[in-house]
Amino acid sequence: MTTPEGRSDAIVVEGLVKRFGDVVAVDGVSLRGERGKVLGLLGPNGAGKTTTVRVLTTVLSADAGRVEVLGHDVRRDPQTVRTIIGLAGQFAAVDPNLTGRENMRLIGRLTHLPKATVGPRADELLERFGLVDAANRPVRTYSGGMRRRLDLAAALVHRPPVLFLDEPTTGLDPASRLGLWELIEELLAEGTTVLLTTQYLEEADRLADHIVVIDKGRVIAEGAPTDLKATLGNTVAEFGFADTATAAAAATAAAPFAVRPPTVAGTAVHVELADGAHALLEVLRALDLGGTAPEALAVREPSLDDVFLSLTGHHAVDDADTGEGAR
Amino acid sequence: MSRSHVVGDTYAVTTRNLIAYRRVPELLVFSTIQPVLFVLLFRYVFGGAINVPGVDYVDYLMPGIFAQTVVFGAIGTAVGLANDLQSGLIERFRSLPMARSAVLTGRTLADLVRNVFVLALMCVVGVLVGWNAGNTVGGFIAAMALLLLFGYACTWIFASVGLAVRDAETAQAAAFPVMAPIVFASSAFVPVSSMPGWLQGFAKYQPLSVVCTASRDLLLGTNTGGHWVLGALAWCIGIIVISAPLAVLRYRRSA
Repeated sequence: MTTPEGRSDAIVVEGLVKRFGDVVAVDGVSLRGERGKVLGLLGPNGAGKTTTVRVLTTVLSADAGRVEVLGHDVRRDPQTVRTIIGLAGQFAAVDPNLTGRENMRLIGRLTHLPKATVGPRADELLERFGLVDAANRPVRTYSGGMRRRLDLAAALVHRPPVLFLDEPTTGLDPASRLGLWELIEELLAEGTTVLLTTQYLEEADRLADHIVVIDKGRVIAEGAPTDLKATLGNTVAEFGFADTATAAAAATAAAPFAVRPPTVAGTAVHVELADGAHALLEVLRALDLGGTAPEALAVREPSLDDVFLSLTGHHAVDDADTGEGAR
Repeated sequence: MSRSHVVGDTYAVTTRNLIAYRRVPELLVFSTIQPVLFVLLFRYVFGGAINVPGVDYVDYLMPGIFAQTVVFGAIGTAVGLANDLQSGLIERFRSLPMARSAVLTGRTLADLVRNVFVLALMCVVGVLVGWNAGNTVGGFIAAMALLLLFGYACTWIFASVGLAVRDAETAQAAAFPVMAPIVFASSAFVPVSSMPGWLQGFAKYQPLSVVCTASRDLLLGTNTGGHWVLGALAWCIGIIVISAPLAVLRYRRSA
């Protein structure tokens, strides 16, 4: 399906504005999600990510702007939009008192699958998401990771061509997060169009084809993940040395490769590198040649906070009030 | 939205709510403990001091207990909806191509079914303490139907409360001060004639009292010409006609 402009964008948001009383949660956001691709919506709590998703999924109505999913206007034709979207994430939920299977069947019935296919479709998804053993247990006995998997499975019951994942891994432990990422990657391989919101640069980097960064209800940057990272965040290398003299010498040796002069704190040296792996290799080579090999080394990829600092000059979570617009 | 979808979706949501009652029996137990205590308290502690001319006090009391039970039970409607809002389940329902009305009708119908069980249980308790359960089968059925209709009307009022407060604890806290005067400044437990004059007008004609009086008429076969029954029906239908659209409006707006 194509939009009126003839483009193959599955998700179109233009000049979206949403206010809650005096609070402007979304202030003129425009974005486009290409068919079959993953659009990552990256921002801190209260940036307006969830509000944007809620308008796209017909849960909230916009105060201004044009919002379309596969060419269907969410305001004029919400019921059609609901048949082609799936929603999973932090605010969408499953019923804790029902079993996993009952939850899946409920969604199957409410999305009007043919009666005969409700049961088989539920079982198929439970199998695929590794929930067969827990299928007959009430969901309140599930772990956080299992609940999110069921939540994602429930969003897929009616095979929606467009999927909204609102912070799908927020609050999960690293192992569950990794498991969920693998499941999402499988879905993407099947050609589902996805809009993913996240607070984690790592998640957007891993899953998204295109990232839109929003802050305080406005788009502040967008691009491919690698481009964004290259322009916005620097890889940080923390070196530890045997003594302060070596540390000082090493800082001098590393300086030509760093984005800004390395900082020394006792025996520790903090180096920021623009071109991650490559620059790090250069630094290590220089340290080795100079006879100032480090005792310890920790490398960290740029975080959302680093990106925000370079884009906005403020930290991703600096104000106490940023959580307010989250709803 | 086709009609079959409305029916199917309502049935699916009703079933879902009933499963929760079955799986969390505490919800039912707690909503019956209180009326049972009231039966014991009024039958054996206060009852002796209350004089109702022309009728055994236990036969006067039980219709009041039934009405009180369905009114307090309606708090469950508010709590259920508040929980679903808080948990995000309603958020998911809103994103589904289901009938919009099914969330509220599915809730109130499930609570109607719950009231059938709770009333049946209270009837058993009544018989155990000497209630005569009505003079005719027809009268008994009519009285129970009226009480269920009244309970159904109350669930629509509390649907709005549940959607407005957004968490279960607040729903409970908000409900009691509203309910207490309706339940106690009424003819449920004592004849209105024993109350001070300024209170009698309210206490006699407020909906719970009218429903109590009508139920007694139906059970005892008195006043069969029954302007109280008509009054009770008018109250119930009036409450539904006003509170159901308000709840639906509230549901549409509370996103």
